[in-house]
Order: sequence, then structure tokens, then C-alpha cells
Amino acid sequence: MREALARLRATYGAGPRHLLVLLLCFVVTGWVALRVAGEATAGRMLLWFIGAVVLHDLLLFPVYALVDRVLRAAVGVPARPAAPDPRPSHARRVPVRLALLNHVRLPALGAGLLFLVYLPGVLGWGADTYRAATARERIPFLGRWLAVTGILFLISAVVFLLRWLRRRAVQRRPGPPG
Amino acid sequence: MPASDPATGEGADPTGDYGAPRRLWRTLDRHRPPGVEAVTTGWRSPLRGPWLTSVYGLALLVTLPLVIVTGLLDYAAYSPQFGQAFPFDVGWLRLPHFDWPTRPAWLFQLTQGLHVGLGIVIVPVVLGKLWSVIPKLFDWPPARSVAQVLERLSLLLLVGGILFQIATGLLNIQYAYVFGFDFYTAHYFGAWVFTAALVAHVVLKLPRMVTALRSRPAGAELRTGRAETRPEPPDPDGLVPARPDPPTVSRRGAIALVGGGSLLLAALTVGQSVDGPLRRMAWLLPRGQDPGEGPNGFQINRSAAAAGIRPADTGSGWRLTLRGGGRTTTLDRPGLLAMAQHTARLPIACVEGWSTTQTWTGVRLRDLAALAGVPDPVAAHVESLERNGLFRRATLQANQVLDPDSLLALRVNGADLSLDHGSPARIIVPALPGVHCTKWVASIDFRTDA
Repeated sequence: MREALARLRATYGAGPRHLLVLLLCFVVTGWVALRVAGEATAGRMLLWFIGAVVLHDLLLFPVYALVDRVLRAAVGVPARPAAPDPRPSHARRVPVRLALLNHVRLPALGAGLLFLVYLPGVLGWGADTYRAATARERIPFLGRWLAVTGILFLISAVVFLLRWLRRRAVQRRPGPPG
Repeated sequence: MPASDPATGEGADPTGDYGAPRRLWRTLDRHRPPGVEAVTTGWRSPLRGPWLTSVYGLALLVTLPLVIVTGLLDYAAYSPQFGQAFPFDVGWLRLPHFDWPTRPAWLFQLTQGLHVGLGIVIVPVVLGKLWSVIPKLFDWPPARSVAQVLERLSLLLLVGGILFQIATGLLNIQYAYVFGFDFYTAHYFGAWVFTAALVAHVVLKLPRMVTALRSRPAGAELRTGRAETRPEPPDPDGLVPARPDPPTVSRRGAIALVGGGSLLLAALTVGQSVDGPLRRMAWLLPRGQDPGEGPNGFQINRSAAAAGIRPADTGSGWRLTLRGGGRTTTLDRPGLLAMAQHTARLPIACVEGWSTTQTWTGVRLRDLAALAGVPDPVAAHVESLERNGLFRRATLQANQVLDPDSLLALRVNGADLSLDHGSPARIIVPALPGVHCTKWVASIDFRTDA
């Protein structure tokens, strides 16, 4: 028994539970595939299934990672500083540029998220189905999305400004008598 | 964490020896395509590592079962025993048959609101989780054994499954049927592919998640600021980058970012399930829009125009036909108004996640059953004046006919039903999916045999 398990591990590359649980997963998937294969639109479903992964992994991720790198370069936050800061952490001043970077990142990510999730409404897709379902005309929410985006950036900017003012006030205060 | 650590469970060992056929995996390993080096050493975030991945994973482990179960319950709410849930034929991929209850009256409002609401709220968590593990996608060699090939294939089902479910769900609730296939079929079977892959993933990775979460006490981690944030020690999965940058946010910040995204989506979604001024908070969703004024000023699901209802069909010539026990009874609207009227405050909830609670007045369905000569029906089949559409007819269970608040409604909020709300008469039953609350009712067939 033990020998058989060792042989499974050596050839297959993992234990019996690994094999069993994955086989179960593929049995369900296979059963679904057989059932759906009869549909005229089965090919489109497969395309959307694989396409969703490709769009996320090979388009969305590279794009937002690249935008972030460009943003970092634009704001002036170096990826790798020349030398580590020798001062103890409490004495280290949080670089203003880094704070600025994050105060741009945060509303940008929020706006991007809202755009992705509410995409059909923002772009006004499906006007006919919308009319049939609601008895009203679909008005694209692009303006609303831009307004929310503006509000997010505004809040972020105000918080950034307040932090910056407070930091300056703290720095100008004379240190404790020594 | 050594690769042979029993705490890592039986996951395929990512760093150990090759499985069979060894020559294939070794050759693959040696022939590294150009650019692989740059990619694998190019990961920079010092936050990536088993702990952060496990935090996002834990959040999904708690919420996804709720989304899955409420989804299955919503299928059950359509009474699949009558062959009226879509997709039609699902074999054994469903909950066991049971009579969907009528109490509490907000049951479907809750299950479907949770399904859609949670489904939206977890989007940032899913994106965060995928961000945290994306280096794995570019691993070289892609596998060292058959076990790893199979596991990667199951991950394709897992990631494809969740993205497919999110995309089709979001498009459906916003009426954008750009995918060109049947939503019900795709979303239902997609859910099973995803669930199977999720179960496999949890069985294989749960021990690793527990180990990772224990490796850094959450309390201490949440008190650690950006400047003190250090990369996790190198892990066998290779999530921790070889050459990390200094941090630009803390792990606490990364968690707050994802949580904040979820809160933002929750704030902009919850409005579609509440009445009153808060409804306008669903500012970017179809069901947060102004539905008009007056007693009939609430959301509809299908307009009379879209359903092909002509004013002539619903005027004074309209008759309700009741069938039961071989007898046929016909009633006109004054006849129905002359019967005992009952008023109930009931929610009407759509499978798209939105709902609204209104005050309905009309004749109890059980009174109509008695009038038809079938006081104790096992089911009632309701047909609409609609000429086409998936939901121009619906079969009600016995409990749904006999509930004291189940109505053939003639009025809402003290006024006659408007044409878009189903005038001259519509069904309203506690906890019944909105599309089964048939509008423009033409006939009801009370049945004594299933």
C-alpha cells in the first residue's frame, strides 16, 4: 500500500487526494460540457469563458500595471532608491511624492472599478431590452460616472492637502527643549 | 515552509522533483522561452505573498458559498418541479426538490438581493486575489508533473468560472445581452463549473491558507504602517518577488483598498433593494432610477408595450376564466371587485436583485379556488394575455395558492393597477419570484393532480 502510494507520488506528482478531487472537478465540468454542447451557442459560451481569463490576465492586468508604472514615473517615486534610509522609522519623513502617488491611485482605482462594474449603464448598452423591461428610455450614465470620478478625485485631493498642511505645521513647530 | 511540510496538504509540489515523464518536464524546464527571465524577476510588489493572498482568499471563502447557495435557492424558487425553472433540464445539478415557502414574505427578496448584491460587492476582492497570484501564471516550467498540469487546468476553470459568472451576471442585471447566448443556461452551468473548481481549490489549498494566515498575526499586521512593511520570506509557491521594491502602501492599506472598493460598490448597489429616498443611491443601476409618481410609481419588469398587450384586451371586454374539476367560471372586473377584498403589504422581488414593497388589494387566490370548485388544489396554472415571452404563464404550488396573502390583485396603494403593472389583474404571492407574479391574467386553472 505504502509502496503504491509512493509510486503514485513519483509518477503523478502528488497524493491520491489531489488526484481524486481534481477528477471530481473534471467529471462535473465534463458533464456540464456534454449538456451544453448541444446548444447552438455553446461555442460562444466557451469563447466568453476563455475570453474572460485572457482579457483579465493578458489585457486588464498588464494595462493597469503599466498605467501604475507610468504614474509612478510621472509623480517621481523611484522604484528602487539608491540607498536605504538609515534613519529610524519614526524620524523618516513620508515622502510627499509617495503620498501624492497614492492619492492619485486611490480615486483612479475607484473610478476604474465603477466603470468596469457599471459598464453597460455608463455606455448605455442594451437600450431596447432596457425599454422593454422598464418602459423608460435608457440614458447613458457617462455623465454620472464622470461626476462620481470627479468627486472621488476631489475628496482625495482635499485629504491630501489637509495631510500636507498638518505635516508642515508639525515640522515648523520647534522641537522639545533638549 | 519546506515543500514536504505535511501542513501544505497534498497540493502538487511546486519546487520538488519532476513527475513522469521526467524527460519531458526536464526538457521543458531547460528550454526557457525568451523573456521568461525578465518576467519572473520583474515582479516588484513587496506585498505579494502567501499571507495577503490568504486574507483575500479567506474573504472569498466566506462570501462565495453564500453567493452559490443563494443562487441555487433562486433556481428552487421557480418551482423546477413544474418544469418552469431555467435552464430546463439540469439533471442532478440542483438542490433536491422542495416546495418554495411563502414565509417569510421577504425570503426571495433576501436570497436574490444577497446573490446579486454580494456578487457585485466581491468584485474588488476577486480582482485583488487575482492580482496577488498573477506571477503564478508566468511560472516556468508551467508544470513539472501531470498533477501540476491537472491543477493548472482546474485553475483555468476556477478563474474562467468566476470571471464568466461576474461578467454574465453584471450584464444581465443591466440589460446588456451582448453575449449572444441564453443567460440562464450559461450562468447556471457556469456556476457548476466554477463551484466544482472552487471545491477542488479549497480542498487543495486550505492547509496552505491556514499556515499562511498563522505565519503573521493579523492584529500586528494591521498595526504595521507602510514604512515598517517588509516582504514576506520566500515561499515555495513563488508569490513573494525575488527583488521586491520598497513598499508604497502597507498590507493594511492593500486590504483597506479592496475593502473600500467593496464598500463603494455596496453603497451604490443596496439602493435597488430599498424603497424611499435611499433608492436613488443605486445611481448607476437601472433600478435606482425614478419610476414615476403616484400609487403606480414603482419599478416594472416588462412593459405592456413589450408584452404586446393592447388596450382592447384589457378593457371592459376582459374576462377572467377560472377552471377546476371540469368546470369553467368566468368573471368580469366588477364581479371580482364585488368579492371579498384583501389587502397585503408584500415585496415584489426580481431575479435581477432589485425589489420593492407595495400595498396590494384584491381577491384571495384561495377564494377564487373555492369559487372554481377546487378549495384544496395541488397547483394552479396561471396564464397571461401576453402572446409571447418565457413568463407568460406560471404554475403556483398549493402553499402559494392557499397563503392568506396570495392575491389576484386589482389595486395597488389604493389605486387601480396601471397597464404596465398588469391591469386589469395580476398575481402577487409572498416570496414568489417577480416574473411568476403573472401580469394581465387571462385564466387560472386550479388542478387537483400534479
